[in-house]
Amino acid sequence: MTKFSKYIICFICFFVMSLSAQGENSEATKKFDVKEFIFSHTGDSYGWHITTWGDTHITIPLPIIAYSKEKGWHLFMSSKLDHKEYKGFYIAQEGKYVGKLAERNAAGEEVRPIDLSLTKNAAALIINSIILICIVMSLVRWYRKRPSRSVPGGFVGAMEMFVMNIHDDLIKPCVGAEYKRYAPYLLTAFFFILINNLMGLIPFFPGGASTTGNMAVTMVLALCTFFVVNLFGNKEYWKEILWPDVPVWMKIPIPLMPVIELFGIFTKPFALMIRLFANIMAGHAIILGLTCLVFLTVVKGPTVNASMSAISVILSVLMSFLELLVAYIQAYVFTMLSAVFIGLSRPKAHHHKTKEAKLEIK
Amino acid sequence: MSLLLPDSGLLFWMLLSFGIVFFIVAKWGFPVITRMVEERKEYITKSLQAADETNRRLAEVKVQSEAMLEETRSRQLSILRETSQTKERILADAKEAAQRETQKMLQETQKQIRLEHEAALTEIRSQVAILAVDIAEKILRNKLKEKDCQMDLLNRMIDEAQRENLAN
Repeated sequence: MTKFSKYIICFICFFVMSLSAQGENSEATKKFDVKEFIFSHTGDSYGWHITTWGDTHITIPLPIIAYSKEKGWHLFMSSKLDHKEYKGFYIAQEGKYVGKLAERNAAGEEVRPIDLSLTKNAAALIINSIILICIVMSLVRWYRKRPSRSVPGGFVGAMEMFVMNIHDDLIKPCVGAEYKRYAPYLLTAFFFILINNLMGLIPFFPGGASTTGNMAVTMVLALCTFFVVNLFGNKEYWKEILWPDVPVWMKIPIPLMPVIELFGIFTKPFALMIRLFANIMAGHAIILGLTCLVFLTVVKGPTVNASMSAISVILSVLMSFLELLVAYIQAYVFTMLSAVFIGLSRPKAHHHKTKEAKLEIK
Repeated sequence: MSLLLPDSGLLFWMLLSFGIVFFIVAKWGFPVITRMVEERKEYITKSLQAADETNRRLAEVKVQSEAMLEETRSRQLSILRETSQTKERILADAKEAAQRETQKMLQETQKQIRLEHEAALTEIRSQVAILAVDIAEKILRNKLKEKDCQMDLLNRMIDEAQRENLAN
């Protein structure tokens, strides 16, 4: 890690330098806004921008589905919205809804319609979901075709090892005795996050969308864990929250501990949501920032630009390796913490344990 | 701030796609995989146990067979010893029987010889008696050629017979 931190420090130094250079040559670099570049690439968009060749943007148009209170449901391709209005809908360039689909109501105010557009991230989610289903079902089909107890090799074997590794070394010890009931959900969450993380690292179509670096995605995942934990929590779990084993003055008259515990119910999934989002988002931002070095140093002349481009490529490669690791680690951490929370939601009653211990001593 | 505010549209699509993925994969995907692997694991464990059991039994059988071999060997030795003893005993018995038989035969022969000897003696005695009578007859005939002698003898015989009658 020290190596990586060195590289990151180097990167920051160069970045600061280039930013100061940008300040000096503000006129020349006005065209290139790093912040805008990074956020436009990590954020969502209505079309899937692939590349810009000269002045032509090559973009895959995606369907826009919107419900306007005045005009009802609308379905059209995003290419119709290219710098113009279509059926009263347009993409806001400024104001509250910058970058979002907007329309004007009867009073002439800018409002958001109910927007269920299949955006870049939504399309990427669907693609990734299809890939995941294909991988898992190909494994299942392999087993169905062969006689029972045959051992897979190659890709199927590797995937089987991967699945069983997560199942046996992560879910089993973290959830505890009732792991069988929760294993399918946790495995699904792990592989869903992993495939989205990995696809996000591929810089071109069908990857490149920062799905797990988006709050909506991580929020759904965290909510799933939240519901699994709290809907299937047993009596002992709720007892520990509402009437924990602490001195009575901490519960009555001011329910100090119950309040803290109740707060904990929500902070746990919230932390899951933010952790995954922030890690993936930051990783993408760093790689994009490194790539920006190339464009930022153009004004510094060919020598500086060439050397900085080389550094940028080297650092990007290193960051990509780090991101590969992060993609796995974040999926692992999300699954592990979910498993731990689920395990905590099904504790065994304490007096049972002491009874058992007494029996053992006897 | 839009970075931290989840989009309702994306929320909907995420919920939909994750829901579908979860439904398919958690129902027909992962449980099948884990079940298959666990079945296989169980089978392997069982096979290993069976192999261990077989090995253990094999070792037992080996020990048993060795013990049996040892026993057989000892029995063979004892049988051989017994046989030689029996042989000696039979030989000794046979010798004794032969001796007894010989003794018996010898005794029989001696008896036979004694009997024959006695028979021969008896015959010789009778022959001698006949011879003596013949000789006596011849001597008598020669003596009776004279008349006096004949008369004398006749008288003596009548006397004798008279004496006998009187006695009676």
